[in-house]
Amino acid sequence: MAKLTVVDVTLRDGNHTVRQQFTPELMSRVAAALDAAGVAIIEVGHGDGTGGSSIHVGRTAAPNDQLIKAVVSSIKKAKASIFLIPGFGTMDDLQQCYDLGVTVARVACHCTEADTTEQHIQLARSLDMLAVGYLISFGMTSVQRIVEEAKKMESYGAQYINLADSQGYLVPHQVREYVTAVLNAVKIPVGFHAHNNLGCSIGNSLAAIEAGAAYVDGSLKGFGGGAGNAQTETLVAALKTGGFETDVDLFGILDAADILVEEIKKQPSLANVPMPTVDNDSILMGYACVYGGYIQPVKRAAQEYGCDPRELVLRLGARKVVAAQEDVVIEEARRLAGKA
Amino acid sequence: MAKLSVAVLGSGNIGTDLMYKLRRSTLLELKMVAGIDPASEGLALARKLGFETCTDGIEGILRNGKIRMVFDATSAKAHLAHAPRLKAAGIFAVDLTPAAVGPGVIPVVNLEQYSAESNVNLVSCGAQATVPIVAAINKISPVQYAETVSTIASLSAGPGTRRNIDEFTRTTARSVREIGGAKQSKSIIVLNPADPPIIMRNTVYAVVELPVDEKRIRDSVMAVAEKIKSYVPGYTVTVEPFLDGDHITTCIEVTGAGDYLAPYAGNLDIITAAAVNVAERYAGIISKERMATNG
Repeated sequence: MAKLTVVDVTLRDGNHTVRQQFTPELMSRVAAALDAAGVAIIEVGHGDGTGGSSIHVGRTAAPNDQLIKAVVSSIKKAKASIFLIPGFGTMDDLQQCYDLGVTVARVACHCTEADTTEQHIQLARSLDMLAVGYLISFGMTSVQRIVEEAKKMESYGAQYINLADSQGYLVPHQVREYVTAVLNAVKIPVGFHAHNNLGCSIGNSLAAIEAGAAYVDGSLKGFGGGAGNAQTETLVAALKTGGFETDVDLFGILDAADILVEEIKKQPSLANVPMPTVDNDSILMGYACVYGGYIQPVKRAAQEYGCDPRELVLRLGARKVVAAQEDVVIEEARRLAGKA
Repeated sequence: MAKLSVAVLGSGNIGTDLMYKLRRSTLLELKMVAGIDPASEGLALARKLGFETCTDGIEGILRNGKIRMVFDATSAKAHLAHAPRLKAAGIFAVDLTPAAVGPGVIPVVNLEQYSAESNVNLVSCGAQATVPIVAAINKISPVQYAETVSTIASLSAGPGTRRNIDEFTRTTARSVREIGGAKQSKSIIVLNPADPPIIMRNTVYAVVELPVDEKRIRDSVMAVAEKIKSYVPGYTVTVEPFLDGDHITTCIEVTGAGDYLAPYAGNLDIITAAAVNVAERYAGIISKERMATNG
């Protein structure tokens, strides 16, 4: 069996946990530690990707180019990756990241909208980047539809398909079914991105790998939207126990996790940030299939408008919100509080 | 007053919806629907409703000789070819494609400014929905930065929009600055595939100078929303402007009139309705000019 490639998304998805407040200094030190541990791909940026910094989904602590530079200048072997959702991020953004030294472009869309990624994937290919087609929230549609969307991305030039369970909504046998079906339909590798809302992030990752996934996403301390991602250090230990080969060193990745915590404690604005946990809100988000990025907006709106966050989550689920509809959180919270 | 003779160029969804709206106009008379696909559903409908049609596109319109105004609902590439020929023939062009040959117009904001033009562009659905809000806020307190988020049903976004999604965000953001008056801007589009399809919704965030009189801003925004309602009845402010930290947040839903396109596709309705509104106001200007020349 071929070696697995571990993609660490702490410095991108983890930004959701800290309301996009990771600083270039923190990113630089964590990236260096991930690189030293042997992580092959390090993703950086706003939680919703390059171009995400906005009032709508939160402004980053520093402009995107500073975040990218901090990571690119701190790594020796690893590749720097960006996540980019067309509609948020543009081809100009992609080009700028490439000019700064980013060599992996994960072009993402809601799982049914692959045809919005064609030009961006083609641009990444023409720049000789590793071009990845990334399907967000794949559990929101059928296996058959995911196969069709993955094939479209393959036809645009994607070099692997990443399937993201962005709500932590799926359980292992379902993950296996999707990964198997996509692998049978395309000629390129498949990757998997977990969230832990139902406590299945490691189990789901192992299920994806058993089904043939060659890339797997993780995040230090599980930092990420919802209840957080598959914890990279847990994942590495589990992979070693399971007999799967990776280049990541266990002690090295444990050190990187310590460095993340150390850096967070140093920063006054982050000192009170709670670790991502499976709490009542995130369990319900997994259960009701609500995108992980909504975790902080939900908590904030529930507090501000004095409504029950659980009611709010269920309403968002009923409205079938997709990634980046955070304005609906305010609207529903105000409605629940009788203000709109 | 005699109605102004107009034609619709393009027999797809947008062209067909325009046809239904033009039937109601008291100022414009639809003389022809021009397509290129003889089998198109739009042309069949046009014939059924008693309109003259042609299947050689702009050629048929130029051959007709009586048409004074054309709604171009084809594609950006096609409009680039149509624009100079329409101009040479003295035909006013209302461009619904992203070609942007002429200046962008938003009926309640800047239409008067371009009364001498022979070609105007409808910018984008997101711009039609959000730029008036930015302009209304900017009138009360200078907008330092405006951000617009338009969420539309996947089913209402055609293949051209999807493939060129950067074009949507770029042109919308530019019009938020150039027409809305914001110093800086960002525009975001989100496609939602939920079934039944969601109604188009927009959120406008505007960073203003503080302190700010929230009530005056609310009044200004609600007044402009009323004006838009006169040509897009389904334009509804769902969250009235409120101050949130350094910015004013406003949410809008746009339900379509359901003429030909389904009511959820408010994003398409707002652009066809704006096009007809623009055309009717130009028709008024043209007929005044005609009266003036005739003494």
